[in-house]
Amino acid sequence: MMNPNSHTTPTTNSPPGDLAIWVFILAELAVFGVLFAVYAFARRYNLELFDLHQQHLNRTAGLVNTVTLITSSYFVVRAVAAIKEGDAKRCGRWLWSANALGLLFILVKGVEYQHHFSQGIGLSTNLFYTFYIGMTFFHFMHVLMGMVILFVVAHKAGRGGYTASEHTGVETGASYWHMVDLVWIILFPLVYVMH
Amino acid sequence: MQYQSQMVAKPYFIAAIGLFIGQIIFGLIMGWQYVVGDFLFPEIPFNVARMVHTNLLIVWLLFGFMGASYYLVPEESETELYSPKLALALFWIFLVAGALTIVGYLAVPYATLAQVTGNELLPTMGREFLEQPTITKIGIVIVALGFLFNIAMTVLKGRKTTVSLVLLIGLTGLALLFLFSFYNPHNLVLDKMFWWYVVHLWVEGVWELILGAILAFVLIKTTGVDREVIEKWLYVIIAMTLITGILGTGHHFYWIGTPEYWQIIGSVFSALEPIPFFMMTVFAFNMVNQRRREHPNKAAVLWALGTAVMAFLGAGVWGFLHTLSPVNYYTHGSQITAAHGHMAFYGAYVMIVLTIISYAMPMMRGRAAANSEKAQVMEMWSFWLMTVAMVFITLFLTAAGILQIYMQRMGGDAAQPFMVVQENIALFYWLREGAGFVFLTGLILYVVSFFVGGEERKETA
Repeated sequence: MMNPNSHTTPTTNSPPGDLAIWVFILAELAVFGVLFAVYAFARRYNLELFDLHQQHLNRTAGLVNTVTLITSSYFVVRAVAAIKEGDAKRCGRWLWSANALGLLFILVKGVEYQHHFSQGIGLSTNLFYTFYIGMTFFHFMHVLMGMVILFVVAHKAGRGGYTASEHTGVETGASYWHMVDLVWIILFPLVYVMH
Repeated sequence: MQYQSQMVAKPYFIAAIGLFIGQIIFGLIMGWQYVVGDFLFPEIPFNVARMVHTNLLIVWLLFGFMGASYYLVPEESETELYSPKLALALFWIFLVAGALTIVGYLAVPYATLAQVTGNELLPTMGREFLEQPTITKIGIVIVALGFLFNIAMTVLKGRKTTVSLVLLIGLTGLALLFLFSFYNPHNLVLDKMFWWYVVHLWVEGVWELILGAILAFVLIKTTGVDREVIEKWLYVIIAMTLITGILGTGHHFYWIGTPEYWQIIGSVFSALEPIPFFMMTVFAFNMVNQRRREHPNKAAVLWALGTAVMAFLGAGVWGFLHTLSPVNYYTHGSQITAAHGHMAFYGAYVMIVLTIISYAMPMMRGRAAANSEKAQVMEMWSFWLMTVAMVFITLFLTAAGILQIYMQRMGGDAAQPFMVVQENIALFYWLREGAGFVFLTGLILYVVSFFVGGEERKETA
């Protein structure tokens, strides 16, 4: 998309950030896509079981985490906008804020897991929990991975590693973080809400 | 060759090829025993031939990986190897230990070997692929530690590149995961589970990092494409390898007594294991298409591209064939597994070692960059003979496997017993054996190509 006010990057039609991250994002989405499809099949054959145990999940916690991730994605958008204006300091601050929200997500999810595990619930409890714990934990690891990426990018931004004309790294990190957010936006209604 | 110490790779490569020949000879013996059961009995029973065939494969690939590391790490780090003497000493230790082990397998019954080597002090013998006597295993650990130390010190004192970093992670993982071969829980389920920590996490985990690093190195050298571009691909590929490969271990846990959720985890993640291999194919062809130079070593480029394609087919496609748990319920431990095993090992690991040998050997033997036209033509012939033969071995075994499953496992009450089915599908075993001889011809040609002289091929603009 061309922005007439942007006096900065040579905008092209190709996706923002490094092309390699998009190959990676596509592969990651394929992984989650397969998981969602398998979940759909498993649920179809075990409707009652899934509906019953879904009620034991903490939807408030899930909702808090959804809002957290969406907000963090917004922060990342602001970070990209900031660096396009050449403001590396502000870009860095937005990225650190996004990372802080990532940490909040981890904490909330951690409390949820703690609750389940204290009740003796695990992967083997039943098929629903196999999927719930398996898929959310896999996503959990992606949040951690995203945080590491944001950490590196924020650190580099703080040291003036990006400019208005060269900030592929920021866009690359941002793209990955949006993917992590996007997956959760599907995962939350799928596992916590739909019945 | 830029650094004198790279020369230590040469004995490693020579030993690798020597053991490779041994592996193929034992493969042919076994292939014959498949159809003529008492061939060479009692001198070389089938189980011994099989053990030698698989163990030699692992040992020569390790020689290849070590040689590759000694060759490429100094060049990547832009410094001489930390200690070429240590590298040479470890070479002889490893070769002698390996040779003694094989002699032990062939000379005395396995139980006697266990007794002689003091297995009861720390029992580790008797598990498929990890049959080595405990003292050999300890030797392997010592060699691996010395090797890692040497490589790590070289990387630390010189330039740090993505290629050497990925290689180092892969090699460290290889050494660490091997330690599970010392862990033999009494519980059979746990025993099997940890056995896969070595076997699966090697070939579908850390070895893929080694493969990726070597392939990236050869592509950087032969195509002249920017290191940055190639390294980026390498990152993406190894990330995907680890995401799918680690949890993909679950596809070995279906029927060994582990919890049921492994059916789902194993199926989903291992089904995605072809993705990094597919990326590798796209990557290799892209880099060669974008090449900025015409490297005179055409044979090495052919091996590199061949690796990418055959690894995808053998490990990716043939692995996917029987990885989903409902499918694997029928195919488990049949000739389908053998088909996959053959093409995956050849495509991914045999070919990558031959790639680096093909690239490095001419320089270590005094050429500027490549062998003569004539030698390369012969090498390419050997490439096609071995590769096509392997495709046929795989297809014949796949056909045998499908028939086997159909007759032995799907017939309900009419299902036939194992040995009867083996008789019925003997034709495919004969065909496989024939393809095996073609493979050996290719291998002989490969060795001969080293001795073909002639004027060196020059770089064309």
